[in-house]
Formats: sequence, C-alpha cells, structure tokens
Amino acid sequence: MTGHIMPRKIYFMVFGCLLALTALTTLAAYVDLDAYLGTKIIPMNTVVALLIAACKATLVALFFMHVKYSSHLIKVVVAAGLFWMAILIALTMSDYKTRNLHIPNPPESWQSSISQPDR
Amino acid sequence: MADAHAALPHSGALKEQFDDLEQQHEASALGMWVFLATEVMFFGGLFAAYTIFRNLYYPGFVAGSHLLEVPFGATNTAVLICSSLTMAMAVRSAQTGKRRALIVYLLCTMALGLAFLGIKFHFEWYHDYLDGIVPGVHFAPSPELLAHWAQLHVAPPHVEMFMYFYFVMTGVHALHMIVGVGILSVLVIMAYQGKFGPDRFNTVEMSGLYWHFVDIIWIFLFPLLYLLGGRFR
Repeated sequence: MTGHIMPRKIYFMVFGCLLALTALTTLAAYVDLDAYLGTKIIPMNTVVALLIAACKATLVALFFMHVKYSSHLIKVVVAAGLFWMAILIALTMSDYKTRNLHIPNPPESWQSSISQPDR
Repeated sequence: MADAHAALPHSGALKEQFDDLEQQHEASALGMWVFLATEVMFFGGLFAAYTIFRNLYYPGFVAGSHLLEVPFGATNTAVLICSSLTMAMAVRSAQTGKRRALIVYLLCTMALGLAFLGIKFHFEWYHDYLDGIVPGVHFAPSPELLAHWAQLHVAPPHVEMFMYFYFVMTGVHALHMIVGVGILSVLVIMAYQGKFGPDRFNTVEMSGLYWHFVDIIWIFLFPLLYLLGGRFR
C-alpha cells in the first residue's frame, strides 16, 4: 500500500461535519454560556469554541491528512508536535499564573497623539 | 512486496535509494510531517503570546475582537474548508490516475485560496485601515469608538495590542496561503505535463498536507480572534 485511497463518501461526510461545526461555533458565540463557580465567572464560550476547533482540526488531520491510515511513525511525529505545543502553553501559563506580576497601566500620553474632538 | 512492484524500477517512479514505493512514500510523509511540526512551533509561539496577553488585557482584547466582522471570518472559514475538500479530492484524483480531474480540483483549490485572500485583503484589512484600527501604522480610532471604550473602562493601547496579534497572526497565515497558491500553480503545470499518476503522487499528497495544515491554523484563528469571549454582549 502506498497511500490509502479513501472512498469519496468519507471526504464529503467530513466536509459536511466541518461546515456544520463552523456554523455551530459561530452561532454558539451569540449565546451567553458563562458559567458561575461561586463568584468566579468561567468563560464557557471560549471553552466551547476551542473544543469545536479541536474537533474540526482532528477531523482534518485524521481524514484529509490521512493520519488515521498512516504508520505509527507518522502518528508519533504528529503527537510530538502537539505535545511540544502543550509544553509551551502549559509551562508558560503556569509561570504567569503563579507569580505576582505587576502589570503597569498604559501611559496616559497615548491620548495626546490622537486628535480629540472639542468638548 | 518486491513482486508487487517488480515492473516499477523501470518506470522511474521509484528513486534508487528506496527499496519500494511504500518506503519512498513513508519517507516523503515523514519529512513533510517533521516540517509541519516546526510549523506548529512557529505558530505555537504566537498562540502562547496571544494567550498571555489575552489573560492580562482581557477587556481590551474583547473590545478589539468586537471590531472584527464575524460574517467575513465565518465565510473565510467555509471557503478554506471547501478548498481542503477540493485539495483532498485532487490527491485522490492523482492516486487514481485521473489527470483531468486532478487539474480541475487543483484549479478549484487555487481559486478558493485566492477568494480567501481577496476577502481578507479587500473586505477586512482595507476597511480596518480606513477605520484607523491598524496598529502601529495607522491607529487612530474614531471619537465614538474611544468614547465607547472609555465607557467599558478599556484602555485603547490594550485594544491596539489585540490588533497587533490580529494582524501578525492573520498576516503570517495569509503569507502561508500565498506560498500555498504558489505551490498549487506549480502542481497544475506538473499535472498538465502528466508528471503524476497512481505510482507517483507523493508531490501532490505532501503539498496537500501543507494546504490542510494552513486550514487547521485558520480553524483555530477564527474562534480565537473573531469569537473571543462570545458576541452576546
């Protein structure tokens, strides 16, 4: 086998799913999905949007990019790329979340560079 | 294995350093996926930086996201998904040796890629420039916009930071699309010359991997930039 020839039907089914998920993620953005944990707001809209994006990316990779039918070696390389990305995000964010960072306010001087209307 | 491709060494499809077509195909795919892993690292840095600043300047980022037009973003997502389908069908046509279908599908993919770039350049970036929300180059929001942000207690430099991310991320993505369209035009010429067939389609398939990867990047850019924090407010 040199490259798996997939039935046309699968490509069109994946295509349909991708379009449906795009419509779903767009519509979901207009619905307030915020969840409350005590007083803390959990931005569920972002979580839902990213989950849908991950599903779409998985569909593209598995079927359009033939990962489902590839050798273990290829799958390991794909997983390694994603694992590196997870390290990058997780370790960077753990640093920002566990340190008391002083975030300076933007300088007020930006306003002088923009012409203001008469008040 | 060797028997199955006994006649192939004479066809020239099999390069002499490989035992058989399967090994040759595996080597191409491995090389392409290693390149795509470096691309994950390239875009990963931008995504990580975006995540940090989104946490630091959340209200400013939401205000910036609301400056973008969701219909254009959603349309472009659909356009790219269509182009991924035509690219997948192009690879399939090469695998099954259908030259005419291959050329048609490659041209469709190119046209959809150019449509994406057209929407991006003409309906989005050009109007962003006219509206004065291009960071660095021309960041001069209208007084109404500044008053609106003041109401929301949003610092304009924070919105500008979002716009930097928007322009760099979509800009680098558009650059990848332009490279992809260039690759496709070479493929069309090669396909016209009859250089692809059931035992030689690696070039088409590997270019397809690149095209689908660029599609995946957009699949993440769309919710992160256009739908940030929801649109219900």
